[in-house]
Amino acid sequence: MDYIIDVKDLRKEFTSHSSRSGLKGAFRDLFTRNYTIKTAVDDISLQIRKGEMVGYIGENGAGKSTTIKMLTGILTPTSGEVRVNGMNPHKDREKFVRSIGVVFGQRSQLWWDIAVQESFRLLKKVYNVPDEFYNTHMADVIKTLAIEPLLDKPVRKLSLGQRMRCELAAALIHNPPLLFLDEPTIGLDVLVKLKIREFLKEINAKYGTTILLTTHDLSDIEALCERVIMLDEGKIIYDGALQQLRENWGEGKQIQFLFTEDVFMNELQELTKEHLVVWEQGTNASTWTASVENDEEIISAVIGKVVAAKRIADLKIVEITTEEIIRNIYEEGAVRNG
Amino acid sequence: MGKYLEMIRIRFLMMLAYRTNYYSGILIYSINIGAYYFLWSAIYGDKPSIQHLSIVQMTTYIAVAWMARAFYFNNIDREIALEIKEGKVAIEMIRPYNYLSMKMMQGLGEGIFRILFFSVPGMVIVYFIFPIQFTSHPATWLYFLVSIILSFVINTQINLLTGIATFFLFNNDGLIRAKRVVIDLFSGLILPISFFPGWAQSIMGYLPFQGISYIPSMIFTEGFQGSGVIHGLLNQALWCVVLFIPIQVLWATAKRQLIVQGG
Ligand SMILES: Nc1ncnc2c1ncn2[C@@H]1O[C@H](COP(=O)(O)OP(=O)(O)OP(=O)(O)O)[C@@H](O)[C@H]1O
Ligand SMILES: [Mg+2]
Repeated sequence: MDYIIDVKDLRKEFTSHSSRSGLKGAFRDLFTRNYTIKTAVDDISLQIRKGEMVGYIGENGAGKSTTIKMLTGILTPTSGEVRVNGMNPHKDREKFVRSIGVVFGQRSQLWWDIAVQESFRLLKKVYNVPDEFYNTHMADVIKTLAIEPLLDKPVRKLSLGQRMRCELAAALIHNPPLLFLDEPTIGLDVLVKLKIREFLKEINAKYGTTILLTTHDLSDIEALCERVIMLDEGKIIYDGALQQLRENWGEGKQIQFLFTEDVFMNELQELTKEHLVVWEQGTNASTWTASVENDEEIISAVIGKVVAAKRIADLKIVEITTEEIIRNIYEEGAVRNG
Repeated sequence: MGKYLEMIRIRFLMMLAYRTNYYSGILIYSINIGAYYFLWSAIYGDKPSIQHLSIVQMTTYIAVAWMARAFYFNNIDREIALEIKEGKVAIEMIRPYNYLSMKMMQGLGEGIFRILFFSVPGMVIVYFIFPIQFTSHPATWLYFLVSIILSFVINTQINLLTGIATFFLFNNDGLIRAKRVVIDLFSGLILPISFFPGWAQSIMGYLPFQGISYIPSMIFTEGFQGSGVIHGLLNQALWCVVLFIPIQVLWATAKRQLIVQGG
């Protein structure tokens, strides 16, 4: 098949020696070491088509970075099959690395002491990018990311957001068909985030660049990705449309009440006992949230009953945010179906 | 090839950006050469030569040895150690180039910078102060050129080895420092190898260090003649080849560990 990324039963175990405690333990360690095996990625399978933008999410330590390292050939899998751009990332290394672009948000890939444009020039040589292509393509990238004024500054003098935009430009010098981004928006302000998102959308539309992106900022995913893959303790617990996730999980609505006086839980429950309502107290005894099914009649009935009995200062109806949906899933550790 | 040349250029630019650090270096090297000159003058006294070297040859030897050091010396062992500790080496694996070759090119960029901005002006200064003799034989200059290139290769290979050792040692700062002392001592920088006791000379004959400083300096001062020069160059070339083997073995092992255990 023509998948850009095709992974079957991919697994990565890390073995680490653990030391026993005490002198006696240290002595025993000399003869037999205790190994602990940590399964960072647990038999995952996934396929990604050309031109897709996929969000790869999961809690800290879920195994996202480990997966990306295996897909880029930085780590070898313990078992399983990986084909990326039709190649095995470990065979034909040089040809393979030319076909991908990688940004690790936590690590700089630019040369610290030299001006950004010197790094670009070096990478241009490293990837044998022809002059004409470089000139038109990079002029465009530089303009979209607004990094023109940064080009003659050494990387160590750039702020995080400035550096990240340059990192992104550097990863795209050879215009790879596949881009891996591991937390590219970590620690960035809203404007820079927006700029980066716009840019990613643009190259995706223009060149059909496939993008696999990990982030802890779900608004990145909402802005960019139609598809999310959710990882928990090395296992894929959800792979599908973001919309679907919302529909399955975010079916309810929340009604936030701000009362003019303190109210008790049993009073509220008494008022709405005919409906299925979950009451939760907010920051104090006068703010309460009712979680109800997304049904106009029920919402109207609940509001009607409450405002008839209590004086309110404010009222708001909100949909459950993706953030909350994801939090619920992390907490339950599995995805409810249908 | 273009990428390696570009790397040399970039390193050169980097050094240029920090060039003020090097003006003081010229002074320090000149003081070193001066100190050794006065020491050796005292040792020579009235003797016309020791171990077949005249006092002028000796002074030239010292001057050239220090100036050549500026070319072959680099800190890539420290850099590699740092990049390994910071986990940067893993990231280098996604580049379509050979990491060690790139490091070597950086060393070369640094060496070329130093020879132009440091050795050449330094040599002019030293020439006017101390009795130094530059040979007028073009062949000697040519042999010397070949010899310091080989000396750069040997020294850089030893640096690569020490750097890669970081993968296997918990902390190799000690190793790096020890290596530096060993090289300064056993390469003939401080004392020509022919001045060591016989047994020490024969041990050093089996080590690569004399190819770093002793051989090029002896060629320059014409302390080696005829077949001596060729022997010296062959000795250096042989070490370049021999050192290549442990580097490849260690690097392959290190890379395997890196891709299995994630550094
Ligand atoms: N080199 C290693 N040796 C041993 N264990 C490792 C190594 N690298 C990662 N791990 C473990 O594997 C698990 C997955 O780590 P990974 O870095 O892939 O998580 P992640 O999903 O990227 O998390 P985060 O969101 O915090 O970046 C973690 O429990 C981590 O401790
Ligand atoms: Mg991570």
